[in-house]
Amino acid sequence: MKNCNFKILVWRQKGPQEAGKMVPYTVHDISPDMSFLEMMDILNEDIIKKGEDPIAIDSDCREGICGTCGLIIQGIAHGTRQKTCTCQIYMRDFKDGETITVEPFRSSAFPIIKDLVVNRSSMDRIIAKGGYVSNNIGGAPDANAMPVSKEIAELSLDASSCIGCGACVASCPNSSAALFTGAKISQYAYLPQGAPDRKKRVLEMVEQMDKEGFGNCSNHGECEAVCPQGIKILHIAKMRREFVKAALL
Amino acid sequence: MYEKKCILWTTIGRKILLALSGLALFFFLIFHLLGNLTLFMKNPDIFNQYARTLENMGILLYIAEGILILTFLVHIVDAILVTLENRKARSMPYYKEADAGKPSHKSLASKTMIYTGILVLIFMILHIKMFKFASSPACCGSKERNLYLIVSQAFTDPTIVAGYCLALIVLGFHLRHAFFSAFQSLGISHPRYTPYLDKLGIFLAVLIAGGFLSIPIWFFIR
Repeated sequence: MKNCNFKILVWRQKGPQEAGKMVPYTVHDISPDMSFLEMMDILNEDIIKKGEDPIAIDSDCREGICGTCGLIIQGIAHGTRQKTCTCQIYMRDFKDGETITVEPFRSSAFPIIKDLVVNRSSMDRIIAKGGYVSNNIGGAPDANAMPVSKEIAELSLDASSCIGCGACVASCPNSSAALFTGAKISQYAYLPQGAPDRKKRVLEMVEQMDKEGFGNCSNHGECEAVCPQGIKILHIAKMRREFVKAALL
Repeated sequence: MYEKKCILWTTIGRKILLALSGLALFFFLIFHLLGNLTLFMKNPDIFNQYARTLENMGILLYIAEGILILTFLVHIVDAILVTLENRKARSMPYYKEADAGKPSHKSLASKTMIYTGILVLIFMILHIKMFKFASSPACCGSKERNLYLIVSQAFTDPTIVAGYCLALIVLGFHLRHAFFSAFQSLGISHPRYTPYLDKLGIFLAVLIAGGFLSIPIWFFIR
């Protein structure tokens, strides 16, 4: 494959209180083997050479593990390829000359810091309300001392694979954090280790989720389609069952 | 120590209320359709008899109507509250928005629930005005209301038939997302059965909307 040129339409916003807008750029001679973020690095080098302010982007591992990178590419959270993070999107997925739109994850609970960087602390505050096990587990227990069936363990592991990237919130037409909160509640609700704080956890995490200003889940299920870990919306249903049990019983 | 707050003042509680009131209205639609299918009987008296039995229930009818109106009000007010909150949660819209595709359930139906709901509400007001509060045509002499005649005459008007067809298709769209969504909102989900629930939702939406649609169309082409 030959190298390509692209038109990049990027959201530029100087600061949290400033008004932003989509700004067009062009990148030339991009290798199809480059990752999307590498292409953005090249674009930034061009911008710096011109003496302008480079585009602010969040990224850390660039291996699809950490979930720090997170962009809306062509109108979809983490781009058009499913079950990947933004850093695992490659330029071979785009046609030569294509116009690519790049926007930040948008939610009232994710205020923009600068350009494409958003503040996702609202999710940390949900975790702080119970997304952990507080009882002292002591030394390493005997294997199989606490029986958990394979199916249940798998469900818990699926939920616990959430990396907290926020794509579920960004892709939800209502900016709901139901998949994130649901996964974090569900991963403990399935296991005996999560039992002591089970009711407190779901009540307080849901309360915090609502306080942060995330929207209501309308069961569009778009979150499941963009989740880099492919976490299923059955964990949202699990959260609702847990919540009703804790609130009423 | 944690506090137990009223379940309804949470995002989860509000959706549960929306689902429960929605399912109640869904069952009402099924019974309404089953009753209306008597219009297809050759003898108009069967439908008129059915209508009269309902009208002669007295206090029971008022109680049933009261519950029905209350259910509608809960569903409508709750839906408006939820929509307003959702708008607030995404104060800045995206420049470009695309669908991520399967396994997403996002569709035209799911994105337009509030609009299809409002259209159904407007239709419903006109529908009640047209049939519930209509009096018999003067010609027939009988003291009792001949609802069959009112219905069959109304559905000879192409504007009314077109309006009904449009409104019922909109209702079908609303039900298409509603059925699956109600169960998910209530936390009823199972990896094996949920995919069938979605398909059952489509089937029931087509069945109910199609069932109601058949009535004006049948009277019009008869």
